[in-house]
Amino acid sequence: MDCSLVRTLVHRYCAGEEECVDSRTVYVGHREPPPGAEAYIPQRCPDNRIVSSKYTFWNFIPKNLFEQFRRIANFYFLIIFLVQLIIDTPTSPVTSGLPLFFVITVTAIKQGYEDWLRHKADSAVNQCPVHFVQHGRLVRKQSRKLRVGDIVMVKEDETFPCDLIFLSSSRVDGTCHVTTASLDGESSHKTHYAVQDTKGFHTEEDMDSLHATIECEQPQPDLYRFVGRINVYSDLNDPVVRPLGSENLLLRGATLKNTEKIFGVAIYTGMETKMALNYQSKSQKRSAVEKSMNVFLIVYLCILISKALINTVMKYVWQSEPFRDEPWYNQKTEAERQRNLFLRAFTDFLAFMVLFNYIIPVSMYVTVEMQKFLGSYFITWDEEMFDEETGEGPLVNTSDLNEELGQVEYVFTDKTGTLTENNMEFKECCVEGHVYVPHAICNGQVLPAAAAIDMIDASPGAGGREREELFFRAVCLCHTIQVKDGDEADGPRKSPDSGRRCVYISASPDEVALVEGVQRLGFTYLRLKDNYMELQNRGNDIERFELLEILSFDSVRRRMSVIVKSATGEIYLFCKGADSSIFPRVIEGKVDQIRSRVERNAVEGLRTLCVAYKRLIQEEYEGICKLLQAAKVALQDRERKLAEAYEQIEKDLILLGATAVEDRLQEKAADTIEALQKAGIKVWVLTGDKMETAAAACYACKLFRRNTQLLEVTTKRLEEQSLHDVLFELSKTILHCGASLTRDNFSGLSADTQDYGLIIDGAALSLIMKPREDGSSSSYRELFLDICRNCSAVLCCRMAPLQKAQIVKLIKFSKERPITLAIGDGANDVSMILEAHVGIGIVGKEGRQAARNSDYAIPKFKHLKKMLLVHGHFYYIRISELVQYFFYKNVCFIFPQFLYQFFCGFSQQTLYDTAYLTLYNISFTSLPVLLYSLMEQHVAMDTLKRDPALYRDIAKNALLRWRVFIYWTFLGVFDALVFFFGAYFMFENTTVTSNGQMFGNWTFGTLVFTVMVFTVTLKLALDTHYWTWINHVVIWGSLLFYVVFSLLWGGIIWPFLNYQRMYYVFIQMLSSGPAWLAIVLLVVVSLLPDVLKKVLCRQLWPSATEKVQRSSSRRAPADAAPSPDRPLLMDPEPRPRRE
Amino acid sequence: MTWSATARGAHQPDNTAFTQQRLPAWQPLLSASIALPLFFCAGLAFIGLGLGLYYSSNGIKELEYDYTGDLGTGNCSVCAAIGQGRAPPPRCSCAWYFSLPEFFQGPVFLYYELTNFYQNNRRYGVSRDDAQLSGLQSALRHPVNECYPYQYSAAGLPIAPCGAIANSLFNDSFSLWHQRLPGGPYVEVPLDRTGIAWWTDYHVKFRNPPLVNGSLALAFQGTAPPPSWHRPVYELSPDPNNTGFINQDFVVWMRTAALPTFRKLYARIRQGNYSAGLPRGTYRVNITYNYPVRAFGGHKLITFSSVSWMGGKNPFLGIAYLVVGSLCILMGFVMLVVYIRYQDQNDEDEDDE
Repeated sequence: MDCSLVRTLVHRYCAGEEECVDSRTVYVGHREPPPGAEAYIPQRCPDNRIVSSKYTFWNFIPKNLFEQFRRIANFYFLIIFLVQLIIDTPTSPVTSGLPLFFVITVTAIKQGYEDWLRHKADSAVNQCPVHFVQHGRLVRKQSRKLRVGDIVMVKEDETFPCDLIFLSSSRVDGTCHVTTASLDGESSHKTHYAVQDTKGFHTEEDMDSLHATIECEQPQPDLYRFVGRINVYSDLNDPVVRPLGSENLLLRGATLKNTEKIFGVAIYTGMETKMALNYQSKSQKRSAVEKSMNVFLIVYLCILISKALINTVMKYVWQSEPFRDEPWYNQKTEAERQRNLFLRAFTDFLAFMVLFNYIIPVSMYVTVEMQKFLGSYFITWDEEMFDEETGEGPLVNTSDLNEELGQVEYVFTDKTGTLTENNMEFKECCVEGHVYVPHAICNGQVLPAAAAIDMIDASPGAGGREREELFFRAVCLCHTIQVKDGDEADGPRKSPDSGRRCVYISASPDEVALVEGVQRLGFTYLRLKDNYMELQNRGNDIERFELLEILSFDSVRRRMSVIVKSATGEIYLFCKGADSSIFPRVIEGKVDQIRSRVERNAVEGLRTLCVAYKRLIQEEYEGICKLLQAAKVALQDRERKLAEAYEQIEKDLILLGATAVEDRLQEKAADTIEALQKAGIKVWVLTGDKMETAAAACYACKLFRRNTQLLEVTTKRLEEQSLHDVLFELSKTILHCGASLTRDNFSGLSADTQDYGLIIDGAALSLIMKPREDGSSSSYRELFLDICRNCSAVLCCRMAPLQKAQIVKLIKFSKERPITLAIGDGANDVSMILEAHVGIGIVGKEGRQAARNSDYAIPKFKHLKKMLLVHGHFYYIRISELVQYFFYKNVCFIFPQFLYQFFCGFSQQTLYDTAYLTLYNISFTSLPVLLYSLMEQHVAMDTLKRDPALYRDIAKNALLRWRVFIYWTFLGVFDALVFFFGAYFMFENTTVTSNGQMFGNWTFGTLVFTVMVFTVTLKLALDTHYWTWINHVVIWGSLLFYVVFSLLWGGIIWPFLNYQRMYYVFIQMLSSGPAWLAIVLLVVVSLLPDVLKKVLCRQLWPSATEKVQRSSSRRAPADAAPSPDRPLLMDPEPRPRRE
Repeated sequence: MTWSATARGAHQPDNTAFTQQRLPAWQPLLSASIALPLFFCAGLAFIGLGLGLYYSSNGIKELEYDYTGDLGTGNCSVCAAIGQGRAPPPRCSCAWYFSLPEFFQGPVFLYYELTNFYQNNRRYGVSRDDAQLSGLQSALRHPVNECYPYQYSAAGLPIAPCGAIANSLFNDSFSLWHQRLPGGPYVEVPLDRTGIAWWTDYHVKFRNPPLVNGSLALAFQGTAPPPSWHRPVYELSPDPNNTGFINQDFVVWMRTAALPTFRKLYARIRQGNYSAGLPRGTYRVNITYNYPVRAFGGHKLITFSSVSWMGGKNPFLGIAYLVVGSLCILMGFVMLVVYIRYQDQNDEDEDDE
């Protein structure tokens, strides 16, 4: 990978300007183009070797170490370790070297193993045989030897070895089916088309005679976009130029289905394939907790440095009296005496740093990472988030954001497929004011055509009849549906009969619903064969239309068209699209009637589409053809040119009618939204749908309520007023409301405050986002944000995918920096999923792209409730306790060391033995907190779900605010003072044993350490609300382990140690009665303030969580099973917790 | 819901209490109603314990004398003046007279105390060779580098015992004389110099090197005593069980103290007539004054102390227990007030809900 990178760089550099051309030229079969053709610059392309592994055998150790030490924490510990090696420091290098070595080794082994797996996978892929055509014969070679320009043959069920241009297929119509399950997870079959001019080349010999060049763009990661063109040379004529699009491109990783074999030419190989380009990791999202953690780390680093500085300065002040610097009993060596004062001071500073370095524990990173990794399993294991229908459970793509789920302030949700089922049902169609409703609303079941039509209005006349049939034909023809022959395997296709079942496949469920709908109304689309669309009309006759062009759908244009030629030779353009994009292009038809019907349907929450047509004469069609061809062949700006062409073509239409399709809400969508709103989360719906439909859906899912006052910033309104006026007017309304809100709150009448909902559409939004000419771009945005902030719900309709991301970004970077979550199911949501702090994909009908790009994927929208309110809440309290506790216990650990310096002449004497220093964070105190951070449930799961308002208790990183952090730090300092001075007064100048013998400094340290281990562990026990047997085992087991270890460590003369300072120290300490009493006293005193604070806060200023805890514990004895229905707390605004 | 095998998908998670986070759990709540009795009980218990400890500590007698020899403080000042600035100071002895008006309840322990002496200095603390002290031959000949500058003598011989701690061994000695009747003869009170070091130190951790021809002196041949010592290590005591590395004074000294002011046990008085304690009368302590402390601003003290089950005189623990106990009770009352006053309010809140 590195080599290729260097190569491309060098190549770029040497080749100079020509390389800037964004295209590459491929000679199909390595045949030079005939002279006279344009001269192409030959390019070097990598071979087809896939290298997903990061390391090789040789560079593993240096590269992995480099990677690991790039992390700031590891680097810090490395520096400490090196300092310990170089200078004479109080603690042996082992104390920091061992944990570091452990962490580095474990990580290296894990990464090495993963890389070994990747190597194995790579070589399996690189060595798998590929057939390719050489001199008219098939040759088998290893996949890695494939070069750009090679012609490859792929058989059924094989995966494509590289990105291929589809030249020909064994199917007569030049198509093939592929699945991209391993690329994006979509298992549906997709049809790809061979290049028109080469689809006749069926054998190897034919292929060898093909003479063509392909120009295409440089490799790009976008799986769904490809631009290129092919020049096919024949002996006689000028080269034929054909456009190539993504429908001609077969991607590496996709699998060939239902097709015997295909030929293709390699255009992107190896690491340049789209699949490989997509492997590059996404930008890392970091959670708010992680950010606070890093800030705290910096604070502790400052504390560490200042401690070391204070001690260094104190040391030299104290030593200024000569007998203190070098008393007769402790003489220095000659070298020490002669050392430069500043050098000595610096060495001392470093030694102090080493002494106190444990305040930033290496194990915290390991524990946090383990917590995140292990903790995320609880999400995937959760049975309540498992969907029976689809057999899908939740997916965790990154475990870094678990706790962010508990911090969400804004939820941006897509509507279609997310709030709604995306299970479309054809409701009605309206042709020139006549409404048709198919009765049989039963998927797949086709009733006799006549019976299925219910004429609401009087029968139309003859002309109407014709229009009506044209409408049905239009709906039947204007789509990009493929027909999957469910029983193709049974044999050759039978002649179509009326009872035959077709399974339609399309990227858009609306289309399927429509075609199925008109099937019930008597017109059945059969198939596309040899470019002829066949449909069966009411008379059971087959009609054939030649498909001339497809002006495919895109979300900006919001419409699509087909141009077909009927059997009688008439050319039609059928156009289908959103009403807003059709009505302006209509010149004829019963616009008003249809518009009113469309609006009525939209208000009911139906998705409406309008259908229009235009008859083309031959000359017009030829003009269109030329226009399209020119646009399609363009290599640069193809999309823009196409859009312009479409714009020109789709105009002067005649309106036929409209369709209405119902998309039912997902189950419990309303319940989920209500819960999220109660949890203080603002829910925004971002949809591409039209305003009325979306608003109806919002009412249905209780985003808007009856008493919600809707504010609109829409194109329609902006036509009447300027944006400026609208925004100011709205903000005035809102501000008035805000004032009354506070007053209401004040008087305690918060129940009936005015709710505001905002509706904005894409066009208005782009006006707001557009920087103004005078440069003051922000003022509208600020105003808009102000309005949004005061609205309980916002609906953005008519959104383009990029606008969704824009909105998310706007909120994300607004001045409160709220945590955003985006949830969606389709490709159009990917940009916002990537943009938001947390991206959630719904494994939906529109493929798995959203799920693939998301941080978490869930099967249904309703699972979001548990995800945020339960899992997010739990993870947040768990990790915040973990972080605070880690800092706390290390303050407890290191502060006594600092104090001891004042009593040992600032000589960097350690208070604790090396083993204690090393093992404190690794084994004595690590497991209980890890377990806590995996298991803790301060409130029962059901309560959290039932009472969403509890989510507000932890909003805005409440448990990691400075106040809390300072509380924990001071608690740590207090405890450290208690340990140290408790032991100090105990040992001051007296014996504590009944045999009169004296204890030494190691006993002193051991007493402090013992009190500390017990205090720190019991502090965690006090914080634990959820005592399972595992908690008991780990907490008490961890204390027991400390005692057993100390007994062992002091009980034996360890032959490998060069000092025996701990020999019998612990046991001697335990033989003294006062030591026991002191341990009990000091542990109690250390825990007392925390207990007191807890009890008083709970009593005086209980947070909502604590109230719930109390009421549930009070109820528990009364009735063992709390009734699940009754909400425990209805107060929507729980009092904020004051500490 | 039916949980048939077919209904469960391929990715269906295991349904155990653990994976569903529904393990049965005890959910204690630290509320006032639990904390209140806890505080009162703990407070009472602590006060009780504290009283016991306080009286037990008060019952312990201590008698202390600073014999550093600052000007005008008894006859040791002569020795201090002589020794001033000379190393090693010449041998000198002085005495401390005291009288006990009443019986000094035993068992009585004799301690010496040094102030401003940093035995816990890091460089000092590591300057020893535990391998050498455990009697290892190789370590005897090749002391560890930490002992430097007390590793090899000027003549290049290995120092045994090496290191700064051993070199600075406390070498004052005391003897106690008792005058039963005024004007009567002084009788020497027997001082038990054994059992002053930890049993494990004396028996396990410190070992003499193996005897050569039955002689400890030969075992130490080829080594040099620490520069400050007047005699080699094998002559620390005539008693073969108390000489060399296992000399109890030496072992006591080698257990470095935690704080710069420290006491070390010198002897126990438990023999003859004095096993129950020191009877009334006049006493004299003969002090061999060798150890220089004025150079680093330190003091030397001699202390007689009786010992109870809880060790020497230390009122701290008792007072601390009393204070914490009373604090608990006080907190208990505060909480009680809070509890009673705010209980109603909370109940109202809940009723509202």
